[in-house]
Amino acid sequence: MSKKTIIPIGPYHPLQEEPELFKLYCDGEIVKDIKWETGYNHRSIEKLSESKTYDQVFFLVERICGICSTSHPFAFANAVEEIGNIEITDRAKYIRSIIGELERIHSHLLWVGLAGHFLGYNTVFMWAWKYREPVLDLFEMITGNRNSYAMFKVGGVRRDIENVKISIIRKTLSDIRKKTDLLAGAVMDDPVIHARTKGVGILTRQDVIDYAAVGPTARASGVAIDVRKDDPYAAYPLVNWKVITAQAGDVFAKAEVRLLEMYESISIIEQCLNGLEKVKEGEITVKVKEIPEGIGTGRAEAPRGEVFHFVVSDGSNSPARHKIRAPSYVNIATFKKSCIGQTIADATISLAAVDPCYCCTERMAVAYDINSGKRIMNANELIDCSIMRTAEMKKNLINN
Amino acid sequence: MAVNLFYFLVFPGLLFAATVGAFLSWFDRKITARVQFRKGPPLLQPFYDFFKLLLVKETILPKHGSPVIFLLAPVLSVFGATTAGIFILLPLFNITTGFRGDLLVIFYLLTIPSFSYIIGSLASANPLAAVGGSREMKLILSYELTFLLFIAGVIMKCGQEFNLYTIIQTQQEGSPFIGSISGVLLFIVGIFCIQAKLALVPFDMPEAEAEITEGIFIEYSGAAYALIKLAKYIMLFILPAFLIALLMNGFKLEGINILWAVLKVIMVVLILTLIRNTNPRIKIKQAVNFFLIWMNLLAVIALVLIAFGY
Repeated sequence: MSKKTIIPIGPYHPLQEEPELFKLYCDGEIVKDIKWETGYNHRSIEKLSESKTYDQVFFLVERICGICSTSHPFAFANAVEEIGNIEITDRAKYIRSIIGELERIHSHLLWVGLAGHFLGYNTVFMWAWKYREPVLDLFEMITGNRNSYAMFKVGGVRRDIENVKISIIRKTLSDIRKKTDLLAGAVMDDPVIHARTKGVGILTRQDVIDYAAVGPTARASGVAIDVRKDDPYAAYPLVNWKVITAQAGDVFAKAEVRLLEMYESISIIEQCLNGLEKVKEGEITVKVKEIPEGIGTGRAEAPRGEVFHFVVSDGSNSPARHKIRAPSYVNIATFKKSCIGQTIADATISLAAVDPCYCCTERMAVAYDINSGKRIMNANELIDCSIMRTAEMKKNLINN
Repeated sequence: MAVNLFYFLVFPGLLFAATVGAFLSWFDRKITARVQFRKGPPLLQPFYDFFKLLLVKETILPKHGSPVIFLLAPVLSVFGATTAGIFILLPLFNITTGFRGDLLVIFYLLTIPSFSYIIGSLASANPLAAVGGSREMKLILSYELTFLLFIAGVIMKCGQEFNLYTIIQTQQEGSPFIGSISGVLLFIVGIFCIQAKLALVPFDMPEAEAEITEGIFIEYSGAAYALIKLAKYIMLFILPAFLIALLMNGFKLEGINILWAVLKVIMVVLILTLIRNTNPRIKIKQAVNFFLIWMNLLAVIALVLIAFGY
């Protein structure tokens, strides 16, 4: 066997905005094997959640991911409402769907920009992020925040979208549609982009099923899996839309699926706005007295795929157990199929093509030294050490 | 001797070429910024960058690898670029007439910066730099033949004349070579060769920020990286100047023609900038195919056209 070089991507690397480590075992430029390590960013969200009330957990799970910050509250709300058997009002359903779809648009635009940047096409990067700006402005108008919107609560939403705002949203959406046309044209018709992305990082239908991939990663390989259709929630069963799929499974297909999904999202939002006009203004919550004992599962289709929340309630005001599974957790595993055998240049764009989000995926890891079998300190223990050290230092300072 | 030293260090060598190159680099960044809806840097930003690296920033040496070669490589690249620069700029500014065969000397000197980057990157013992170095090597292998064919085309057009000064004079007495079908083809070939020599997108795979984090330059910092920036500034001026000398009439430095000369340089840099802002980075294999098959084909077609007098 020939000698292999390890090309590290991470822990800090311009390809990914979060800390993670991919080790590409390369023979020349060809990637022969890939290993990855996460665990740089573990925040013990699940444990924290057990010490918060149901209302507080929404703010906590919103901070799991900065980009898809509504998908986690969405899934958590679905889970808790399943336990309490709570039926929310139509207006709240529409508002939830609008927020979810606006988020999908801005997340997909963000990915298109980043993918352009990874290909060295910084013009696409800057343009996509400029066109993303009106979406964030809409969020600011509706919720008061550009990100981390704090819109969800058990039994409904926190703020209404007043009917006067609907026409402004409609106008911005038609602008976004035009901008999307332009961007989609620039990306889909560029022969050099075709040369870089077609036939690269292919995931076959079988690979997707074997690795249980979700979201646009799966849909680009012809697997029409979408929680919004398969397990309808919020206003999705009330509007007309279709699941976008592509057959090729390569990076280009993933880009295509995301770009076309943006049009679907715009159409969903427009239908939801029509629905909003029909229902009475102000009816956004139902009163929830208590969450009974029970088990609930909540699913939501995040821009990256299915988010899954599992909540156990013991009848108190906070979850007894809260388990979260984010889409990147399963999608990252597909790198074994999509990257091996590619060149480094292809492997990096294949890594980026699933739009991985590592802070959603973080799990606590305990490391042992291979030779001695001794346990290597994890982050929490290191923090404990540093707290102890600070205390000792303070004591010394006081004594002297 | 003193005159030669002046040529090398001040005009048209190091100081002049680097200053003009720095302004061109500002122009490149400003246009890029405008294309991308950004504001862009102030006029003196390239100078700030250079002096900050040179005077303020610490030079960190890689722990493994060879520090002498690692530090010598940037110096070598500046020397190569400056020497090539004076051989191009002296005839262009009508100062000396050069010598018979100086085109081939320029051709070799222009490869020195690229080679010194490879040497420096391999001396840094970084796996990402090694990948970058190997990519730069493949890139050189692919575009050098095309670049040679491009120069050969100009030589044939001028009636087997190997002297840059004579080529410029022939154009100024007759008409610029770009005013014919073969001239236009040669111009296209030349632009792409320059794009690759400057390692601009779509040929920036040796640096490829998002893949191998600046590849060949990953270990460079402080003064050593300042010298690499200097060599890049010089190359950004002398390569377009070389193209103008070979195909676009050179410079006439009197009256309104000075403005023309400046416009010509800016136009060539603008073309390079626009190419780099409207394309993604291609893979090294695709770059090799692009030059070895398509650009060589275009160059050979130009040569055939020249032979038939078009």
